[in-house]
Amino acid sequence: MTVENSSTQRSRVSPSALMVLFIMLVLSLAALLYGVWILDSYPDLAYIVLLFGFLGTAMAAYTLVQMRRRLSRLKIVISPVTTTIECKKCGFKNVREFQRGDYIFKAVEPCQKCNDKMLITAVYREVKEKEKARFPY
Amino acid sequence: MNILFYVVFVVFMFYGQRIQMMVMLREVEGSLHKLKYIKEEGRKTAVETVKEIGKPQADPAARIDRFMEYFTIGPQGLDPAGIVWKLEHILDVRDTRFKDEVKLMAPSADETQANNLENTLEAAMALNYIYKIVRHFYLLGKKTYSLYVVMQIQMILPMVMKEAEAYASALKAFAFGQPIGDGAGALVAAKLMQGHETRKIAKDCVVATVPFEGRTAFVIKAEGPGGNVGKPGDAIKEVIDKNNGNIATVVMIDAALKLEGEELGEVAEGVGAAIGGPGVDQYKIEESLVKYHIPINAVIIKEDVGDAVSPLRKEIFDSVENVIERVKQVILERTKEGDKVIIAGIGNTIGIGQ
Repeated sequence: MTVENSSTQRSRVSPSALMVLFIMLVLSLAALLYGVWILDSYPDLAYIVLLFGFLGTAMAAYTLVQMRRRLSRLKIVISPVTTTIECKKCGFKNVREFQRGDYIFKAVEPCQKCNDKMLITAVYREVKEKEKARFPY
Repeated sequence: MNILFYVVFVVFMFYGQRIQMMVMLREVEGSLHKLKYIKEEGRKTAVETVKEIGKPQADPAARIDRFMEYFTIGPQGLDPAGIVWKLEHILDVRDTRFKDEVKLMAPSADETQANNLENTLEAAMALNYIYKIVRHFYLLGKKTYSLYVVMQIQMILPMVMKEAEAYASALKAFAFGQPIGDGAGALVAAKLMQGHETRKIAKDCVVATVPFEGRTAFVIKAEGPGGNVGKPGDAIKEVIDKNNGNIATVVMIDAALKLEGEELGEVAEGVGAAIGGPGVDQYKIEESLVKYHIPINAVIIKEDVGDAVSPLRKEIFDSVENVIERVKQVILERTKEGDKVIIAGIGNTIGIGQ
């Protein structure tokens, strides 16, 4: 189970802005191609066209990447919380997903093995952290 | 190309600061957008939880919106004598007011659920407040075109966002009644008092008399499993007074903020009253200790602000056994057999019974 509160992630990017970016990207790529095409015949003009082509492509790509990052940053993922139930008498252990109403030291259903009362002994979440870069200090 | 270089040079010379400000404003705007989303999700969670648990007759949304705008005015500090009692009074009034509001919003909620709902609403309120503050600086910066106004918020933005994200995950924990990182101290106390009779002491606190390594330990914690911090200051004072100050030592256990680079769940030991909050309880504890010259020891469990208010992490849960060992060590080294000691587990006891 993955509990997350971003299930209804709404797109905040306006279609018109996306369209403008797309047109800018296409035009910049066209300028790049055109610059390469005329490089031999009109080198002075070609350099200017290539410069604008590069600038346009870089700007459009940067803005698109930023938009994507902005949307992905909206996600807040909370790792699943598990409940551990234990029988104090026979040591039988049951680990399950957290349910509303669970709390540590709550007496729950009788043990499946010895019929003695069982207790919730742990409620926690396990976070799988990305491997950290070695830090010498 | 040369002309282009000169143009860029002149533009940056005259408009460099403005461009820098625009970049900063853009960054703040991005975070503000995220904060708005988090705040709205928080409000939605609060409304849904109130509807689900409280089963109100009318739609609670309007009342929740009003609740989110509540404020508390601290006491005047020009004449500091007696300010602690004034602060305590204001906090008591605030607490009563919040509890009454929750009762009106969620008439079907029992005491535990009402406490959890109160915590949920407080987290939603905190998110609303953070959003408003960031928005204030963003709009003020835009209005005044002052780099320094924007810089103030831009520089602390990573910390603000971290706190907002922490509250966002806290909302879920409070809504479901899950234990949180701040409850590590309460969890230690709960483990120590397990199987022993508990009795109510002070407001929202319980105490159990536990035989501990040949000593008598009065183990104190806030009453769970509802979201609650209780009044440990009053509880410790009451136990000390009842025993005429005949207490060999007090050991306080609490979660504490870790520094970057420190391990989550690291246990450290020291002296002093390990308790956060506005300072009322710390003041009361210190007063009682000074009166009878009782030594005070502290054991802390290190965690960051995000872990403190979000569902309890395994690392913190696992450190509880280490804490118990440390407490045992402190008591064995600092007291004699037959002595009376107080062990107080501080923190929000949501999701932790006794």
